[in-house]
Amino acid sequence: MYSADVDYYRAKSVADAAKALKENKGAKLLAGGHSLIPAMKLRVAQPTLLVDIGHIDKLSGIKVGKKEVKIGTLTTHATVAVSEELKAACPILVEAAGLIADQQVRNRGTIGGSLANADPASDYPTLITALDATLTATGPKGERQIEAKKFFKDLFTTALKRDEVLTSITVPAYGNMPGMGGAYLKHRHPASSYAVVGVAAMLGLENGKVTRAVVVVGGATANPIHAKSVEEALMGMEPTEENIAAAAEKMDIEATMGDAYASSEYRAHLAKVMTKRALMLAAQRAGA
Amino acid sequence: MATNTLGASLKRKEDPRLITGEAKYLDDVRLPGMVYAAILRSPYAHAKIRGIDTNKATKQPGVIAVFTGQDFKDLPALPCAWQAEAGRIKNNVNTPRVLEIDRVTHTGAGVAVVVADDRYAAEDALGLIEVDYEPLPVVVDAEKTTFADAPQIHENAPNNICFDWSIGDKDGTDAALGSSDVVVKQRLVNQRLIPNVMESRGCIAQYLPASEEYTVWMTSQDPHIMRLLMTAFVFGIPETKMRVIAPQVGGGFGTKIFLYPEYCLMAALAKKVGRPVKWAETRRENYVATTHGRDHVTDIEVGAKRDGTITALKVKTYANLGGVLSTIGPGIPTTLYGRMLSGAYKTPHIYCNVIGTYTNTGMVDAYRGAGRPEATYVVERTVDLVARELNLDPVEVRRKNFIQPGDFPYPPADNILAGLKYDSGDYEKALNKALEMVNYSSFRKEQAEARKNGKYLGIGLSTYVEICGAAPSSWIGVGPTGQGWGAAMWESANIRVHLTGKVVLTIGTQPQGQGHETTMAQIVSQELGIPMEDIIVQLGDTLGTPFGYGTYASRSAAVGGMAVYNSAQKIKEKARRLAAHLMEAAPEDMTYEGGKAFVKGSPDKGKTIQELAGAAALAYSLPVGMEPFLDDVTYYDPPECTYPFGSHICVVEVDRDTGQVKILRYLAVDDVGKKINPMIVDGQIHGGITQGIAQALWEGAVYDENGQLTSGSMMDYAVPKASFLPTYELGSTETLSPTNPLGVKGVGETGTIASTPAVVNAVMDALSPFRIKHLDMPLTPEKVWRAIEATQM
Repeated sequence: MYSADVDYYRAKSVADAAKALKENKGAKLLAGGHSLIPAMKLRVAQPTLLVDIGHIDKLSGIKVGKKEVKIGTLTTHATVAVSEELKAACPILVEAAGLIADQQVRNRGTIGGSLANADPASDYPTLITALDATLTATGPKGERQIEAKKFFKDLFTTALKRDEVLTSITVPAYGNMPGMGGAYLKHRHPASSYAVVGVAAMLGLENGKVTRAVVVVGGATANPIHAKSVEEALMGMEPTEENIAAAAEKMDIEATMGDAYASSEYRAHLAKVMTKRALMLAAQRAGA
Repeated sequence: MATNTLGASLKRKEDPRLITGEAKYLDDVRLPGMVYAAILRSPYAHAKIRGIDTNKATKQPGVIAVFTGQDFKDLPALPCAWQAEAGRIKNNVNTPRVLEIDRVTHTGAGVAVVVADDRYAAEDALGLIEVDYEPLPVVVDAEKTTFADAPQIHENAPNNICFDWSIGDKDGTDAALGSSDVVVKQRLVNQRLIPNVMESRGCIAQYLPASEEYTVWMTSQDPHIMRLLMTAFVFGIPETKMRVIAPQVGGGFGTKIFLYPEYCLMAALAKKVGRPVKWAETRRENYVATTHGRDHVTDIEVGAKRDGTITALKVKTYANLGGVLSTIGPGIPTTLYGRMLSGAYKTPHIYCNVIGTYTNTGMVDAYRGAGRPEATYVVERTVDLVARELNLDPVEVRRKNFIQPGDFPYPPADNILAGLKYDSGDYEKALNKALEMVNYSSFRKEQAEARKNGKYLGIGLSTYVEICGAAPSSWIGVGPTGQGWGAAMWESANIRVHLTGKVVLTIGTQPQGQGHETTMAQIVSQELGIPMEDIIVQLGDTLGTPFGYGTYASRSAAVGGMAVYNSAQKIKEKARRLAAHLMEAAPEDMTYEGGKAFVKGSPDKGKTIQELAGAAALAYSLPVGMEPFLDDVTYYDPPECTYPFGSHICVVEVDRDTGQVKILRYLAVDDVGKKINPMIVDGQIHGGITQGIAQALWEGAVYDENGQLTSGSMMDYAVPKASFLPTYELGSTETLSPTNPLGVKGVGETGTIASTPAVVNAVMDALSPFRIKHLDMPLTPEKVWRAIEATQM
């Protein structure tokens, strides 16, 4: 548990951090440090330079607008989990943040760090995908927006360039929209507390019928994916238990992740069971 | 004046320094000129070492020296203290060496060490050491290692069998099984566990050449034994040339009883490099290099009459000991396991055969409960299997077979307890209390109702008895009547009442969180009538404490506490005689009570212990022949062990669709004899239950076929979290042990011993509609779900 030699640089601004990344090939960004530092202690990660963005104040905070919520990259899970404003505007995110790891990790870990790390078993990627969020990154050439569906590329791999800093995440304030409800359910690994499977479900109802259906499954595949067949099966239906169960049965994602605790077959099964349960909750919250 | 401290939930004397961070653990100790060691460990589970090149590492900046096993050839392999199988287990054979020389038998075995100015430099240099390994075939399974096609691990142990140990009456048991109405057979796997102490191990050693003296700081549950083993059995020097200090110890659960190679290595290094050397174990090292627990594969055959009366129990167990033997590894699945297979029941015929085996895995030795959790798991699962087979209520089967209050002292059948007898008990009373707390009959109705709605509730019992207070020395030791443990097991306590009436108590037991500084002081306070704040307990240092065997096997109160009690009696007696002299009264007319000695019937006119301490210390006027000072020591060898018991009940719900088990309620009625400090007792029970539940549901050390520990970190190995658990509902009964004057039994391990089968029994009860009789632990969601699915085919 002793890391290899590493230099440390405290970035003064996002541009300064991007510059440091560009100039140092072995550099890594340090935010909350709750993925990177353990990896360094095991010498799995051996960056030559840590570029610490943890002291750039404007990178943290939650700005709630009428239609959108903008969350700074350094906002900790603990901050998200207790934000009353966010609970009103985007409750599913608050629900998920409270399920991440434990209190100590939530106090240090950041939303941007989690997303940039793209661990297949982490919670936020599933939520960000379900919410169709927009991620903002800043590099030497300036700022750009990345859609959530184009952000995750593979296991621990994102669309971020080596010298880009993820600065904020924008999600819809669906809590303000009538007839919308969402739920996040997680099967927690008893050791790591990561999601063995996480399901984010969102339903939009009009006149008692489903007009919007989102089901995203994390933990079963390298990156979270939409359960399209389930989403399609729900459209235009009444959100009754029978209809939801029938739709969940159409779950056809092919689970590729598996380990000694939960095989891929079991993960696929969990995805189905949890989808049904998450949809029931979402429907209830949407006012069904 | 403080009296009645015994039995009071006093706050712990040690907590202020623990809570504020003032306490000093091993890694907090820094000596002038100290250097740091890092150990290179084998990535192979079984390999020959063809050569080690340390050249590059030696040249690394900050590195002082690099050593391999060749440099410590003169030191023998470590001792193994279990000598029961004559000729089969030899001391210093098939045990770890300080560093392995030509062969490794498990991953994590130390093969080289770097000493450097700081730990980072030492770790950097580890990567530059080149070891030429020749990998050998690997076997990890406790039973399969005995098969003909298994690779041979030690030349002197054919079929990898370390010992083949039997107790009880084989013929009688077979005959009884043959004439039973039903015989139930079942294989039960008690999986390997990683003990997960909060403070991992560590050691600092210093050597002073002029006096040829070592001082060794280590994370230890038994510093006196460590000194004895290191000096007499490894270094071959007088005990007087070594001092062992255990600073604050952050949990042990058994793992810190043993002599490990690293401790001897640090002492040897301190001499070689001429500077104090520190090694602090990382968590990764802890997982591979510190002892594990359990790992049994057991086949049971139990016979019963139709009414549920158990007629015979036959047990065959393969006990995995690892690649090399830990200090007392073979003693756990024998003395502390096989001998407790009668449980709380009058089973008339018992036979047990344990095959201890070598595999290419880490060392296995005592882990909280040490043998008794494995025995209790076998017995309590067996009773439930009988109930299931006969379609009887598991409560009734227990009642039918219980040893009754009038049966004590009770010798279990076929002399399986080797001459000892259960001391006292009222098993049904504890059971009734637990059933009342859970409201058993109404639960059964609720369960039936829930099943109709597709909800699967289950209830499980564990009506355990265990053995504590180890042990009468002649019973445990190496002798004609002994169990073959190369030790005695008495304890010591020295009470010194200083001139001001303040007490310094030194003891030979060594806590790792148990609260001895409070409970031992409570005994002194009660007996001598001295306020708690006037008593200090000193321990953990071979300099200044009387010899003791240490803290494990729930023995400190029942054995060490009695040494304290007896010393207090000796102090009282002397105080009484001194008071008689000072008051010019006849000693036989004097009594001692509530902190003073007085003429019987006249408590107002007497001498307080403070006055007497002063008079004894100043020695201006003492009775003829009396030595100055109130100071006495006791070495107490218990006449019997103690046998705590109780009833644990677990209520679960199994999620039919995911297989997830949720514990809805957990109740425990424990009878630990007299409680010295009920708050500390509750704390022990809480922690113990949690560890036992964790074995049932979450924990499991897994080696793959190459001998790699795949559950090698807390990312994979599920240490229980508070959020997984309900609030425990505790009750108790009090049956005093007649074997000691305080009536204490022991509580350090009861929770772990009792809880595991209660949980598994509850889950099997929940799964009974699916006709699932048994699943092996841990009962992970996927395992349960698959079992249910298999019944739907």
